[in-house]
Amino acid sequence: MIDPFLNNGFMQRALFAGILVSLTCAVVGTYVVLRGMAFIGDALAHGVLPGVAMATILGLPTMLGAAVGAVVMIGGVGLITARSKLSNDTAIGLLFIGLLALGVVLVSSSDSLTGDLEAILFGQFLGVDATDLLVQTIALLAVCAISLYSARPFLLLCFDIDLVRTMGYKAQWYHRLMLLMIAATVVVSFQTVGSLLVFGMLLAPAGVGALLARRIGSMMLWAAGTGVLSTYFGLLASYHFSWAAGASVVLTAVAIFFLTLVFVSVRKSLTSASA
Amino acid sequence: MTNTAVVARRLAVGYGGRAVLSGIDAYLKAGGSTALVGSNGSGKSTLLKTLAGLLPPVSGALEIMGGAVTEMSHKVAYLSQFHPNGFVLPLCAVDVVRMARYDQRGRWARRSQTDDAIVAESMDMMKISNLGDIPLRDLSGGQQQRVYLAQVLARRAGLLLLDEPTAGLDAPGRAAYTEAMVFERERGAAIVTATHDVAEASTCDRVLLVAGRIVADGPPAIVMTPENLLETFGIGLTKVGDHLVVTEHHHDH
Repeated sequence: MIDPFLNNGFMQRALFAGILVSLTCAVVGTYVVLRGMAFIGDALAHGVLPGVAMATILGLPTMLGAAVGAVVMIGGVGLITARSKLSNDTAIGLLFIGLLALGVVLVSSSDSLTGDLEAILFGQFLGVDATDLLVQTIALLAVCAISLYSARPFLLLCFDIDLVRTMGYKAQWYHRLMLLMIAATVVVSFQTVGSLLVFGMLLAPAGVGALLARRIGSMMLWAAGTGVLSTYFGLLASYHFSWAAGASVVLTAVAIFFLTLVFVSVRKSLTSASA
Repeated sequence: MTNTAVVARRLAVGYGGRAVLSGIDAYLKAGGSTALVGSNGSGKSTLLKTLAGLLPPVSGALEIMGGAVTEMSHKVAYLSQFHPNGFVLPLCAVDVVRMARYDQRGRWARRSQTDDAIVAESMDMMKISNLGDIPLRDLSGGQQQRVYLAQVLARRAGLLLLDEPTAGLDAPGRAAYTEAMVFERERGAAIVTATHDVAEASTCDRVLLVAGRIVADGPPAIVMTPENLLETFGIGLTKVGDHLVVTEHHHDH
């Protein structure tokens, strides 16, 4: 159970990276789930692809490319909804599919990139280095700092956007800050779990928290615990069965979500029957 | 507390520069209660949102609690008609009421004893003290409405803007609401409610009948005449006790 982590440096780094991703996604994913922002989260996760591809072609840091992709996505959604009567989800959908298609075109047009596509989409969990860990640690600290600073307006945003405004907070400003936080989480996590799977780490652990918690703080704790457990057992399964590491971790998180859903449903049925 | 809660001159309210209700001249004093009565789409909720600072006025002048709307948010409590996340959020009832005190203290300041006392008193007024630790999503619609009303009370605001405040409330809930509004008015707060409830409107000092414009404005006994109600709702209505009775269909107003 613990030998793979004791005897292999790459497994230790992967575990550490996974824990950092889990903690970051627990905080950010809580807001994604509560505000119903899963679609923009998914779109951001896919939208970074052309940025990463372009950065690789130009020899620039991939994280910079991912950040540009995320900014284009957020800015584009704002622009489309401001200039047209189209709904937010139509704008997100158009940019999502457009940026994804652009990414695939860029990757397919470059022989050197074709092999990297899997790494971009599914990450390199077992290949993280000290720099990745440092960046992920900084991201976690930044996310925690922003969440603490904005705890009240963020909670009000989840509850009722009108209440944010009538309380004198700048609702749009905090909404954008939340989007930025989601984008930053996707950008720094994609190298570890990949741009597709980071979305799973945003949703599944926070979903478990939403099922079990009675308060937002405890929802984040449940999400963090689920993420860390998923990382541990996912990496273990990956090691023993030679499964893809990132996918194993996310699959574990999703499995825990469905087990929790069954548990909560059964508990509710039993409570109703005894009442 | 200022003696004037709302001053509106030639106010027009609406969306995207298009007025849905215009010609509003109003002077609402502290401790007074006003009911906005009108059919769906008449502009009641739009007017409330404008008073709350959620929408900019289309034209005209508006002053709230002696200042600009945007500067007086801490003196205003607003109850919206819809709370879509009530059945989703992992929040206990008491947490929802506590939100009302967020802007009354510094960003990093913890809840004071005064905050806790006001929250407890507000929940007691709405008779939900026993529901404090129950998740909001586990409460019925009527119980949730009481929680939202307790949140409004906990603001201790000078101006209460309530959109359909009695929607979903049972008889004890309505009684608690009526008592709470008496308390608020005695405290000096001005209350503006948008309602379809004639009984509720009749308890107010003043009624504004709205139908894209102000049809009538004054004490309920004088304003709620069959002629005015016909003009407001497009059908003949007569107030019988606490109810409106349809007397004639008429759509050409």
